[in-house]
Amino acid sequence: MSTGWSDPRPLSPFTSVWRWHVTMVTSILHRASGVALYGGVFVLVAWLAAAAEGPKAYMKLMSIMASWPGRALLFGFTLALSFHLLNGVRYLLWDKGIGYDKETADRTAWVVIVLAAILTLAIWVTAYWSLDLLKVGG
Amino acid sequence: MRTSYKNVTGLGAAHKGVGHFIKQRVTALALLVLIPLFLFQFLSSFTSGYNGVMAWLGSPFGAAVTFLVISAMVVHMRLGVQTAIEDYFGGTVRTIALLLNGLFALALWLIAVYALIKINFGG
Repeated sequence: MSTGWSDPRPLSPFTSVWRWHVTMVTSILHRASGVALYGGVFVLVAWLAAAAEGPKAYMKLMSIMASWPGRALLFGFTLALSFHLLNGVRYLLWDKGIGYDKETADRTAWVVIVLAAILTLAIWVTAYWSLDLLKVGG
Repeated sequence: MRTSYKNVTGLGAAHKGVGHFIKQRVTALALLVLIPLFLFQFLSSFTSGYNGVMAWLGSPFGAAVTFLVISAMVVHMRLGVQTAIEDYFGGTVRTIALLLNGLFALALWLIAVYALIKINFGG
């Protein structure tokens, strides 16, 4: 994983070393979702720029986002955002020393995974119809 | 064994490590409030189409929430990706990646600010 290191000191242990456990999964997902949301902010700013550009540019971007690949992308961003936000709360509480013991950390890891899925579905169930509204040029 | 006061106040060789830590958490707390607020308003205006979105982005409150959420996001994502880059890359690759990371975040922020100014004052 290293590129251009001049120093052969060992890096942090990777997935091949550790037995998989749920706090490790949430840690990896936190970074992965964070990096994915990098693209999410790009789409958000593109949306803002398209709105500033005018109705034509706006509708063009909307028709891209309303396509099936666009919807899949938006769904992925929703999932990444839900998880990153909820797991971020967990990390902020850790900074305060709350829930840092092994049992609680394991339990809250599962809670965050389940809640992220529920939150994503809740957002999509309530907002899904608005995507079709865009297609007809609302 | 405690970290000496000298090392704490010295902020390390780069003189800004603590700033990274604090900024990441301050923006995290801000986003915890701003993202639900933004998403709720966004989805509400979104359903009234282009005109609804423009009316919301053109209102002082809508513009302020959008400006704040994007500003906090851009800082938070730059710091987060910086940490990932520092974990996985070294040497020239790291330098270039960090540079691009900073430029990308700055560019996104400037585009967002420009768009908001145009919507609100562009006539």
